[in-house]
Amino acid sequence: MQMNGAKILMECLLEQGVDTIFGYPGGTILNVYDELYQCEGIRHILTAHEQGAAHAADGYARSTGKIGVCFATSGPGATNLTTGIATAYMDSSPVVFISCNVAENLIGKDSFQEVDITGITMPITKSNYLVRDVNKLADTVREAFAIAGSGRPGPVFIDILKNVTAETADFEPLPRDRHFQGGRLATLKERATDKFVAPEPNADDIAELVRLIDEADKPLIICGGGVVRGRAQDEFAVFAEKMDAPVAITLMGAGGYPGDGPLATGMLGMHGSQASNRAAASCDLLIAFGCRFSDRVALNPDNFAPQAKIVQIDIDRAEINKNVLTDHYIVGDAAQVLALLNEKVGQKQHNEWKDYVFSFPTETMYDEGGDALTPKQILNTIQRMVPEDTVVATDVGQHQMWAIQHFHFSYPGQLLTSGGFGTMGFGLGAAIGAKVANPDKTVIHITGDGSFRMNCNELATEQYYDLPIITFVFNNGVLGMVRQWQSLIYDKHYSQTTLDRAPDFVKLAEAYGLRGARVSNVEQLEAAIREALAWGHGYVIDCAIHMDEMVRPMVGGGSPITKFIIC
Amino acid sequence: MDQIKKQTLVVLVDNEAGVLSQVSRLFSRKGYNIESLAVGATARDNLSRITIEVLTDDAHVQLLSNQLRKLIPVHSVKILTDQKSIRRELIIIKMRTPDAGVRNEITQIANIFRASIIDVSIGTLSIAVIGEEQKIEGMINLLKEFEIMELVRTGVIALERGQNTIHDETKEKGEFNYGKNVL
Repeated sequence: MQMNGAKILMECLLEQGVDTIFGYPGGTILNVYDELYQCEGIRHILTAHEQGAAHAADGYARSTGKIGVCFATSGPGATNLTTGIATAYMDSSPVVFISCNVAENLIGKDSFQEVDITGITMPITKSNYLVRDVNKLADTVREAFAIAGSGRPGPVFIDILKNVTAETADFEPLPRDRHFQGGRLATLKERATDKFVAPEPNADDIAELVRLIDEADKPLIICGGGVVRGRAQDEFAVFAEKMDAPVAITLMGAGGYPGDGPLATGMLGMHGSQASNRAAASCDLLIAFGCRFSDRVALNPDNFAPQAKIVQIDIDRAEINKNVLTDHYIVGDAAQVLALLNEKVGQKQHNEWKDYVFSFPTETMYDEGGDALTPKQILNTIQRMVPEDTVVATDVGQHQMWAIQHFHFSYPGQLLTSGGFGTMGFGLGAAIGAKVANPDKTVIHITGDGSFRMNCNELATEQYYDLPIITFVFNNGVLGMVRQWQSLIYDKHYSQTTLDRAPDFVKLAEAYGLRGARVSNVEQLEAAIREALAWGHGYVIDCAIHMDEMVRPMVGGGSPITKFIIC
Repeated sequence: MDQIKKQTLVVLVDNEAGVLSQVSRLFSRKGYNIESLAVGATARDNLSRITIEVLTDDAHVQLLSNQLRKLIPVHSVKILTDQKSIRRELIIIKMRTPDAGVRNEITQIANIFRASIIDVSIGTLSIAVIGEEQKIEGMINLLKEFEIMELVRTGVIALERGQNTIHDETKEKGEFNYGKNVL
């Protein structure tokens, strides 16, 4: 069937089962948007800014496990996506970004809105493509989706020349399950199966791990992002129970094991709980699932879990031994490896070890009272009042750490947060993506005044599409996390971290056609949440907290994991 | 960290635009400086072979090869050790020869190293030599006694000795798919 490039692109997206696209049109991508105009079955969400669209597509992907799709035009449209692409890349979120570049006759001439976006995005994508030939478009889109969603997921970028979207080629629809039978994908799969299919775990490796487990008296399990991305929560829960061992989670692992589960010790690392960090320091076997031992977890990689045999299970071979040297490892999909382990591992008892670990606090306590709310009060109140399966998107900073410390996540995709890249301004876009993908779930957005000010323009998107997201601003009038470092490490030199400035977030919400409330105690907060839930549209709750409230505990970068600066 | 030394990686890639920059960028973004780089076509259509030398230790070169294998256009990667590989480099040197005496001496040095004289003019002499690093360094050292006007080297190319080739499902690649480290 002869059709133009734009139509081929839409057909390919339909082939993939795409139902939602986040994006922003512009000159070079006009042909595609013209086709979209006539396309039924795909919903387009127009954001206020391309960065918001990128985060929304990412939030959509994280909350559903499906592949997110994002459109942008050339030049600034494409470069505005880059922060969103890097965010998705660092957290292994599958998103296909599609932009159009100037036409072939203008390429390389510094034409209006021309930029080498494939060059720019090379280090922050799993793979990227510049499509210069309409005959290769369908194959490229199929390959992009296959790569984004397989193995360790991640973003893929497709840049299409404007003339390609207008030129015609022969297009044969191909159901998704037959994509690997022909074209580039067939050759690619033949030579590089490991890029698409998780390697089958080696039976000897499993046996060796079972032996290590049998020998261990003080095992610790780490639930990393791989458990969440691999949706391995059921297998993980069985394994944890059999092991009868403490479970520490990483930021990306939140939801892989219930935060209020009987074995949960809370987060591990720089702002890890005392229980988790003490357990890591004194365990004799540490089994990490889908965790890359980043510098926020293994603060001092040479001295991480010094008494333990370290076992790493990861789908990405390149993560093994990258940051922390392991004693044993298994390359494979978390769910697959866990299922094999569950067959082989017998029921263990580690009461003495658990008693030791749980003698340390798993959660931080705060002095209550006074004229401001404590982080724990806010988060406990929220969790008490919202439905159990509420999806939580956060920005980056103190509020993010508090959210993971005090809100107990119970399933993968419940927490959407920028862990690896630490992108302030991620949350609202991500919440929009999550709400579009999960219309039946309550979606809340936890942010700080600094982060919210960065991308609050997306309130317009929230209002237009009537997405009833509740935003909680942890408002301390300062750039809290940076200020915390200045307080503790920089002699209280509060250089450029005081944010005593506009806007009034309640009035801002009203300006966008939403409602808001400012609260400074639990009763007011409860009333505001009740009103927000009852009203059923976007709502902003500005929560006053004290500017010197700190994220506790804290371990300095590069320090041993139990060397708490503050507890 | 183990001992830092020159490590040789050979990478078989799709012969497509942007692939070389993708591979070389990986080195810079992971903080490695490329000591030598040679790229060329292979006996198979649409495939290029890249030979890269980089200064690092054994553990890190393994991590680098793991990262390289993740790139979609990369077909295979091998770390070649000195003992198990043949390595050659071509250099061309233009020498200033102010008089016949210098010319004679340089010609003799060239003969000893089995270099060939590929261009001669009044006052200059260009010689080409193929060899391993040691031989080339040895000759350059001798020639430094005279005036080297210009020097160009292709960068090292390397091939595994014996039956193994980069196309094989070798132990290394098999273990990568399988999930086992060779080190």
